[in-house]
Amino acid sequence: MKIGILSLQGAVEPQSGRISALGATPVRVRTREELFGCAGLILPGGESTTMIKLLLEYGLWDSLREYSLSRSVWGICAGAILMAERVENPSQDCLGIFPAVVRRNAYGRQNESFIGRVSLLIPGQEPVDDEAVFIRAPAFVSLGDQVEVLASFKDNPVAASCERHLITSYHPELSGSDFLHRHFLSLCQSTSSSRHVAAD
Amino acid sequence: MSEKNNVLEEGMRLKVGLAEMLKGGVIMDVVTAEHAKIAQDAGAVAVMALERVPADIRRQGGVARMSDPGLIEEIMKCVSIPVMAKCRIGHFAEAQILQEMGVDFIDESEVLTPADASHHVDKKAFRTPFVCGATNLGEALRRIGEGAALIRTKGEAGTGDIIEAVRHLREIKREMALVSRLSDMELMSEAKRLQAPFELVSLVQKHGRLPVPMFTAGGVATPADASLLMQLGAEAVFVGSGIFKSEDPAKRAQAIVKATTYFDKPEELLAVSKGLGEPMSGTSVQELQDEQKLAGRGW
Repeated sequence: MKIGILSLQGAVEPQSGRISALGATPVRVRTREELFGCAGLILPGGESTTMIKLLLEYGLWDSLREYSLSRSVWGICAGAILMAERVENPSQDCLGIFPAVVRRNAYGRQNESFIGRVSLLIPGQEPVDDEAVFIRAPAFVSLGDQVEVLASFKDNPVAASCERHLITSYHPELSGSDFLHRHFLSLCQSTSSSRHVAAD
Repeated sequence: MSEKNNVLEEGMRLKVGLAEMLKGGVIMDVVTAEHAKIAQDAGAVAVMALERVPADIRRQGGVARMSDPGLIEEIMKCVSIPVMAKCRIGHFAEAQILQEMGVDFIDESEVLTPADASHHVDKKAFRTPFVCGATNLGEALRRIGEGAALIRTKGEAGTGDIIEAVRHLREIKREMALVSRLSDMELMSEAKRLQAPFELVSLVQKHGRLPVPMFTAGGVATPADASLLMQLGAEAVFVGSGIFKSEDPAKRAQAIVKATTYFDKPEELLAVSKGLGEPMSGTSVQELQDEQKLAGRGW
């Protein structure tokens, strides 16, 4: 299974390592063709303003929205900001593919970055204790009714899923566990099989 | 599980984590809030706030120090991307002030006049991450040993001449390739030769790369320059005087951002290289006397 990683800028490399380790093929995505060849897409951490600029300039903005209608997308930190319905601090363009209002740099600047522990509840599994690396992290200030919260830190949601999509405000690619990467691959797998059933 | 993360303690992981987020991007020198906005709108992943760009420091001479904190604060207020600022080599008091202000990265930089003739800042004592310049592997590993979370190859700042950036990048890549072929038995004498911490030399042998990201700097003036350095293995690009000393900074800044993302796609490089106006005029490094070169600062 090919898993795309949006590679305009950001923490692409740690994602590739995780995807390969789980037996899927990571694909660096910078064009529409590369995008539609993948069963799912990770929007990695990085700078959301830079990614927005390049997505718009290279005509990938609408491609991403179209892609998200039938396949799984996981936004991490800056990636979650891109997927939001509305962004605060400051207000900026977003794809609107995940029912969330996201506040940028909600915890402060780099000096306020931190590593915490969360209890991660993946649907159909026992809760697990997981490390969460927050770097100039955003906060999910409100989530749509249909959203399922997978993990919270101090009562604030930090990982959530909605249908086939996933958002996390922290960086699972920078810690030791692979729970969320496994979960994302299974989301991609089931979205991909239901798409093929629909096509038949 | 990334082995690279295993060897770093928690504070260092957060520092290197931010550097990971900047990969594949362009960090631009800015001297005013207005410049900072232009840089952010052009797609910069971070800005370096300073009073004078390196070309002006070079031309005007005198002692170059940390910028006025008021100026840096003004820039921090007007952009949402990370803001970096420079302190002099070894000037830990300037670094303490920058940390207190909450800048996102401190550049202990050879572009400013060094404050200590034999010691660099003890960067482990800080919560704020540091980036340091290096011209070779030993220098890079000494800085990492002191706690730098990011290395940038030095190049020759303020010249608009890419030759030194290429030299330093190639040198570090060449030395890393050599170290990765050594047997365990050969490592200690290699550490002695490099004048670098044994544990870090051992990590390079194991992974074939630095234990922190490696960006590049010094002399970038065109989209092609950015592409060249990315193709040579840099993971992101610092642009100093190259943008705001050119005829059309906004346009050139955007073009360099695109060239850094699509560094290996000549058709995109061609498209962004057209009609950018005059680049910075620059100074050939060959014309400089040794004492005019900034890259030799630091130990």
